[in-house]
Amino acid sequence: MIETPGYLVLNTGDVLEGKWLGTEIAVEGELVFNTAMTGYQEVMTDPSYAGQIVTMTYPLIGNYGVNDIDHESIKPSLAGLIISHPCQTPEHYQAKSTVNEMVEQYKIPALYGIDTRALTRIIREHGEVYGKITAEPEDLPVHRKVDPEIVKQVSVRSPVEIPAKPMPAITGKKPKHIVLYDYGYKHSITHTLTELGCNVTVVPYDTDLAVLDNLKPDGVVLSNGPGDPEDLAGLARIIKQITDSYPTLGICLGHQLVALANGGKTERLPYGHRGSNHPVKDLLTGKVFITSQNHGYVVDENSIKLSDWEVSHINVNDRSVEGLVHRHKPVLTVQFHPEAHPGPIDTYSIFQDFLQMIPSEGEVQHA
Amino acid sequence: MPKRTDINKILVIGSGPIVIGQAAEFDYSGTQACQSLKEEGYQVILANSNPATIMTDDTVADTVYMEPLTTDFLIKIIRKEQPDAILPTLGGQTGLNMAMALEQTGILEEYDVELLGTSLSAIRKAEDREVFRSLMHELGEPVPESQIVHSVEEALEFAGEIGFPLIVRPAYTLGGTGGGMCYDKDELMDITRNGLALSPVTQCLVEKNISGFKEIEYEVMRDKQDQAIVVCNMENVDPVGVHTGDSIVTAPSQTLSDREYQMLRNASLKIIRALEIEGGCNVQLALDPSSFQYYIIEVNPRVSRSSALASKATGYPIAKLAAKIALGLTLDEIINPITGTTYACYEPALDYVVTKLPRFPFDKFVSGNRSLGTQMKATGEVMAVGRSFEESLLKGIRSLDIGTEELWMEKWTYKTMDELIECLKKPDDERIFVIAEAFRRGCTVTELFETTKIDPFFLTKIQRLIKLEKDVSAHKNDMERLMEAKKAGFSDTQVSRLWETDVDSIYEMRKQSGLLPVYKMVDTCAAEFESETPYFYSTFEEENESIVSERQKVLVIGSGPIRIGQGIEFDYATVHSVLALKQAGYEAIIMNSNPETVSTDFSVSDKLYFEPLTLEDVMHVIELEKPEGVIVQFGGQTAINLAEGLQRRGVAILGTNLEAIDTAEDRDKFEHLMNELDILQPQGKSVRQLDQAVAVAEQIGYPVLVRPSYVIGGSQMEIVYNNDELAAYLKKSNHIKHTHPILIDKYLTGIELEVDAVCDGENIVIPGMMEHIERAGVHSGDSIAVYPPQRISDSAKRECVEITMKIARRLSVKGLINIQFVIHEDKVYVLEVNPRASRTIPFLSKITGVPMAALATRCILGESLADAGFPNGLLPELPQVSVKVPVFSFAKLRSVDTMLGPEMKSTGEAIGRDKTLEKALYKGLIASGLSIPQEGAVLLTVADKDKQEMIEIARRFHMLGFRLYATEGTSEFTAEKGIPVQKVGKVGAAGETVLSIIEEGKVQVVINTLTSGKQPRSDGFRIRREAVEHGIACLTSLDTAMAILNVIDSTTFTASPVSEKRAVFTT
Repeated sequence: MIETPGYLVLNTGDVLEGKWLGTEIAVEGELVFNTAMTGYQEVMTDPSYAGQIVTMTYPLIGNYGVNDIDHESIKPSLAGLIISHPCQTPEHYQAKSTVNEMVEQYKIPALYGIDTRALTRIIREHGEVYGKITAEPEDLPVHRKVDPEIVKQVSVRSPVEIPAKPMPAITGKKPKHIVLYDYGYKHSITHTLTELGCNVTVVPYDTDLAVLDNLKPDGVVLSNGPGDPEDLAGLARIIKQITDSYPTLGICLGHQLVALANGGKTERLPYGHRGSNHPVKDLLTGKVFITSQNHGYVVDENSIKLSDWEVSHINVNDRSVEGLVHRHKPVLTVQFHPEAHPGPIDTYSIFQDFLQMIPSEGEVQHA
Repeated sequence: MPKRTDINKILVIGSGPIVIGQAAEFDYSGTQACQSLKEEGYQVILANSNPATIMTDDTVADTVYMEPLTTDFLIKIIRKEQPDAILPTLGGQTGLNMAMALEQTGILEEYDVELLGTSLSAIRKAEDREVFRSLMHELGEPVPESQIVHSVEEALEFAGEIGFPLIVRPAYTLGGTGGGMCYDKDELMDITRNGLALSPVTQCLVEKNISGFKEIEYEVMRDKQDQAIVVCNMENVDPVGVHTGDSIVTAPSQTLSDREYQMLRNASLKIIRALEIEGGCNVQLALDPSSFQYYIIEVNPRVSRSSALASKATGYPIAKLAAKIALGLTLDEIINPITGTTYACYEPALDYVVTKLPRFPFDKFVSGNRSLGTQMKATGEVMAVGRSFEESLLKGIRSLDIGTEELWMEKWTYKTMDELIECLKKPDDERIFVIAEAFRRGCTVTELFETTKIDPFFLTKIQRLIKLEKDVSAHKNDMERLMEAKKAGFSDTQVSRLWETDVDSIYEMRKQSGLLPVYKMVDTCAAEFESETPYFYSTFEEENESIVSERQKVLVIGSGPIRIGQGIEFDYATVHSVLALKQAGYEAIIMNSNPETVSTDFSVSDKLYFEPLTLEDVMHVIELEKPEGVIVQFGGQTAINLAEGLQRRGVAILGTNLEAIDTAEDRDKFEHLMNELDILQPQGKSVRQLDQAVAVAEQIGYPVLVRPSYVIGGSQMEIVYNNDELAAYLKKSNHIKHTHPILIDKYLTGIELEVDAVCDGENIVIPGMMEHIERAGVHSGDSIAVYPPQRISDSAKRECVEITMKIARRLSVKGLINIQFVIHEDKVYVLEVNPRASRTIPFLSKITGVPMAALATRCILGESLADAGFPNGLLPELPQVSVKVPVFSFAKLRSVDTMLGPEMKSTGEAIGRDKTLEKALYKGLIASGLSIPQEGAVLLTVADKDKQEMIEIARRFHMLGFRLYATEGTSEFTAEKGIPVQKVGKVGAAGETVLSIIEEGKVQVVINTLTSGKQPRSDGFRIRREAVEHGIACLTSLDTAMAILNVIDSTTFTASPVSEKRAVFTT
């Protein structure tokens, strides 16, 4: 590897020197850190990181290479990557390439050899930090916000159908049809749904109700995605219609959009929750689960109409809202990622809970 | 869930004496647990027979019982204290086994005592191989194909079904005792027979060999709400086949993808839930490197060595929280003690790489079998933290304190490539160095993977280090290369070897260009949350997080890994020193590299640097912290050895000065001092040239004691009786670098006496003296020590006190001093002076009530003994008799000779206290694991020189109703004296032999003494090993035999006829 110095210039005034991992491409973005110790490939391909420069707090990245099965999207959307030690010679039977090769292949602006712990502390102390990966130490970042149109860039352009895994033969039931609104969905969401016997149609983020009705879904999932949820205020009407008409599961950004569409507000967390170890309490059972998370915004607890909504989950550490259920309608939303990847599958049952809200064929539907 | 209010008094069972497989980690976990229980307002009763522990301090528990950990004594404690509950999961395997044994006696039911944390059924499910296997089948968790066997025949039958190689694992034994890998029928028979003998339930598991799989461990916790988390996972660098305690281990796992990580995490959580453990649990798994196939290897339903490591590796205090969970608290309501702001229901995120390396005793047991397998052989371990695997590994290597600070050992450079490869075929303790050497010769990763099955990820990293080494070597004085080397974890010592210069100049070069490390915090959360905990490690990066305070500081150097001769006693002293410093208002900073200990619990000191204890690493901390000075006298030889270099670099050594240390350790200076003070010492001389040795020995007169100077625990020390033996000794120690001279002393027989004292530079307080049961010649650490002395005259005691005062004053000792005496022909000789903490400090502190290490620290800080309220001189003797009995780990170290001699062999100690010597000895011996037979048979096989003395022992055993067996010479001699004895054949003879009677369980005690010199593989050696392998007491010193005889005598009733005198009287 040729060692050319590269810089991460922050709006805080800090300049961190590293080396280019791949091609020298300058980029700007919001700085975020992820504390997961495994799952860098999943993080790098999670579309929720669009517009963000991600630093992994674990110092060794690329140890088991990059494989064919762990991509969470067709291609990475993150703005940039900052790591400490890339592994040049990974050893894993599933590995097809190295993290260097992946960075090169997708032209991800990336630096290594940076004191990522120092960077993490800067982010923790300042909260919202923007920066630029660049070849020049004086090349200051200009932007102070993630592109408001970022979701459009990561969403599918037209519907994509994904059939259920051959489960019906076992269950003997007709597959349910789930429409997934794509704000930047992770493939693990569709994998989980199809594994649970659902046919899934992934639709563009701004698909209107008429198109949705035509698809005759049994339920709707609103996906995760990047950016500030308030930038998607224009979608509130559609989302309100969805939650009024269909059993709905909101995940991450999807959860925030449901809250916004129903009169709630979102606010920025100081520096977000990103990692595989966030404790969340299910208020119904009183039990705590470890969850996978990736969000910079949360639903403001005080903005929720408690007559209609109940807070179902909270974060154990900062007590922020982690999930909502509608008191009368089959709608549930979670801030965390029950589909895991990376991270634990402790909350996998959220999907089952959601599917149970959908009446099976032949069952009497209660209004 | 609020904590329980229906219980108040809790009995905690400790783990007893330190043996291989159960070491200081249980002092750490036990201490944490006791404090945690007290913190919550419960009354804590502690039972532990190990006096060297912090947990047996009276401040840790409300009531401490230093009694043997046997059902008999625990029942007495339960009857007396009537506790509401027992917490058995913090005292290792011993604690668990005791809980199970107590349950069987019915005492728990009788007194309505509840078991906290883990139920008996869970213990049984995890520990009993058969029950465990069926549970795993129930859960759908895969276990390797295996068969439970109760006999050798069953094992052979199973082997016939699935073929070799196989692994044998005895049920309910410590650290894999008695287990092993078998490649053929003979090995299988041998190991199974041994394993069945050692298993308390005569049960072994014979298992399909899955060696070569990745070995992964998960430390999991669960509370009564069924909330379960993973604290840490760890990956063994050595694949399955080497005991995890003997493996190099990294945390977190390095080669697992998220899918694999989560798959094994799910399995581990499923298991802890199925066992319904309320507390911590360790799950060991094997993962196929080329598929998702995995197996559950083992589950430990308690805190363990691995959980101590995981606690230090992550900062998450498992034992402390396990205790709280046992009280009914749940993870989500306990604050994470390290951040102080988040909750314990959380999975720590690491942003560094932790490497644990085992410390082996083969520097002591040169003839020991060094190959590694399923039976643990390491006595201790080190942990190192770095921001890369390379840095972490190299820091770990130099923490080991084994004479090298890099992946290089001179001895391997002399081997051919074929020899290196041959050596790598079977794992041994120096494998990592051999791998490095093989890379140096151009071996490829593929070749070494084929030979070792170590994951290529790790091999590549080592190869990278060797490439860098070559690059650095080729560019002398190149700052950029130096920077790269430092970032990869190279020590200055390594660079100085490569650049053929001295360490100080590398250090100066770095200092001038500001190439110094920064310190990062261990905070459980990868900096996600702010953390107040002052727990640091060094790395060569940008930001330093260790903020230096304005306070006056003192740096205390710990003792590093636990090894024979430098055990937990030094950690005890270190902790007390740190606490005393804090009390005196100083900022107490500690440096240590041992994850098992209390001293590296971040809550003990004001600031903890988890770092190697080398001059370079210590200097880095000093440069940053600028303490008033450094205390080296509590950290054993490891810390003492740093003093010279520290002083050279301008650092103040607090307490006794370097000159005094040198005077005590340098033979010539010491002799000069003794002459000056008019004190007797065995005639002796130090020689630098080996050829002078013979002349000196002849001049002094045989037998002589030979040893290198500056050693721990009598390394390479021997008594030789003639020129031939001396020559053999010199030849054997040829490889030792003779920077320090060889000492030759006259060997004097007599009673040994030991004194520990505290001196403030002027006045001296001697809390007590200890007499050794075994005569001089047996290492003091391997002798039974008795307080107060029983056979010493008052005048001799007075003389010892006077000598102690004279020496301490003359050396201006500030702090601790230990002096060993021998009383030879009514004269007092000084054998050794150690102006530092000795291994008897905790024992003596506890039995006399004088907190010696704390008091010494106050003296070091300038306080006088008078101000501290202590008189000058020997404190009055207390009426209670206390004995310290050594404990050995011979069952785990095959082919190590159990013969006691000047070289230390014990790994731990147990205490016995009572009104009389016999009662105290009984307790001490029982606590040390010896069974004292009340009847049965004794095998006598002694050297000619000992026969006369043996007769008395034989006669008394006979009188007590024991049957006597003896080998030819001994039996003739015994029979001549009119004592009935059964003659048995020598090793290999037909009919009943010395070995066959041991094997068949016909004898309960073996008394065997050595002719002279060292003859491993001799018949005596076979007899001693046979006894060990069958768990029979083998006494190699007639003094020990006599002591045990006295104990048996005082506890047995004999049948004796009406005496003649009485008969006369009645007529």
